[in-house]
Amino acid sequence: MAWSDTFLRILKQNDVRLVSYVPDNVLTPLIGGAAADNYFMSVGATREDEALGTLAGAYMGGLRGVVMMQTSGFALIANALASLIVPYQIPAVLVVSERGTMGEFNIGQATVARTMRPVLDSIAVQHHTLTDESTMPFIVDKSIKQAFATQSPVVFILSPLLTGGNPLAAAKLK
Amino acid sequence: MSAPTIDAPAVKVLNRADLTKRLVARLTHDEAVVAGIGNTNFDLYAAGHRPQNFYMLGSMGLACPIAFGVALAQPERGVIALEGDGSILMALGCLATIGMVKPRNLTIVIMDNGIYQITGKQQAATAVTADIVAIARGAGIANSHWIRDEAHFDALLARRFEEGGPALLAAKIDDKPGTAQTPRDPALIRHRFMQGLGTGRASALDGNP
Repeated sequence: MAWSDTFLRILKQNDVRLVSYVPDNVLTPLIGGAAADNYFMSVGATREDEALGTLAGAYMGGLRGVVMMQTSGFALIANALASLIVPYQIPAVLVVSERGTMGEFNIGQATVARTMRPVLDSIAVQHHTLTDESTMPFIVDKSIKQAFATQSPVVFILSPLLTGGNPLAAAKLK
Repeated sequence: MSAPTIDAPAVKVLNRADLTKRLVARLTHDEAVVAGIGNTNFDLYAAGHRPQNFYMLGSMGLACPIAFGVALAQPERGVIALEGDGSILMALGCLATIGMVKPRNLTIVIMDNGIYQITGKQQAATAVTADIVAIARGAGIANSHWIRDEAHFDALLARRFEEGGPALLAAKIDDKPGTAQTPRDPALIRHRFMQGLGTGRASALDGNP
């Protein structure tokens, strides 16, 4: 089973139905898989902080959600995390496809990617870097359960080691 | 600078606190109200706390996305977003999302004073050229209107909020500040809001040990 199928199965097991996202190449199988499955309610957003706002409202209305983005999009959400998700204790599940490392061709992506973990650490938001399919199900399932049990966000960073990275980048670096 | 491009022939300058009271008086079906940062949520609080009120204390620009999320989660409940013009200018993209998805139970009210009132009355683009109703229509929210006066506002609110949306009502308002200060306790605000929406955890502290 592809990593993306496994990931979507774990979301289902945890009643996470709303998928709000800003598109990304690496996320394509996750976004496409969710869109093709009637269990999920897929909603594209124009910005990543908008997606987090929608997730927060949906959660308070009784609908659990996940927000998907790439690393550069993560750089837009520090305020939404620090002034909405964290203080209001919203158990947001975030999936960030990691660009900027292991074969990046765009210096802007490489630089912005380095802001991600320090920002998360500075506001004490739990994050896990997913590197292989063998450990991914345990990490994701248990961490989503922890997020909802403790009213806290959790961020899953999808390493190129798991996803194979951006196919566009691979082509450019040949 | 060119004149404001407002389409209504004679838009009266209204008052946020008064409009908010008029809105709250119309809420008879436990509608959810999500109010944006600053004066919009201060005046919602001043109109009298309701269990279905959500007060945003940061994340400028996200009142409409939050209300949109509530509307998706509870399609049978009317949901209203109260937002300022400076805030919606920061988050115009969400109007495109809402215009595309078209949640029939979502109503947006924009309080447009043409200034960033709370930070020192600096001029906003809405005072000069930006027309929020035209922008909303362009984003796909066809049911968007400038409020001509109080009676017009009342007439547009004389409907059931769980259907007929998405709608956007924009009012030109004066430069008065909010009339109260919302208690700044985000966890309490979320907890009470969820209880008001029927999604809160029963308080474990209330049960027998």
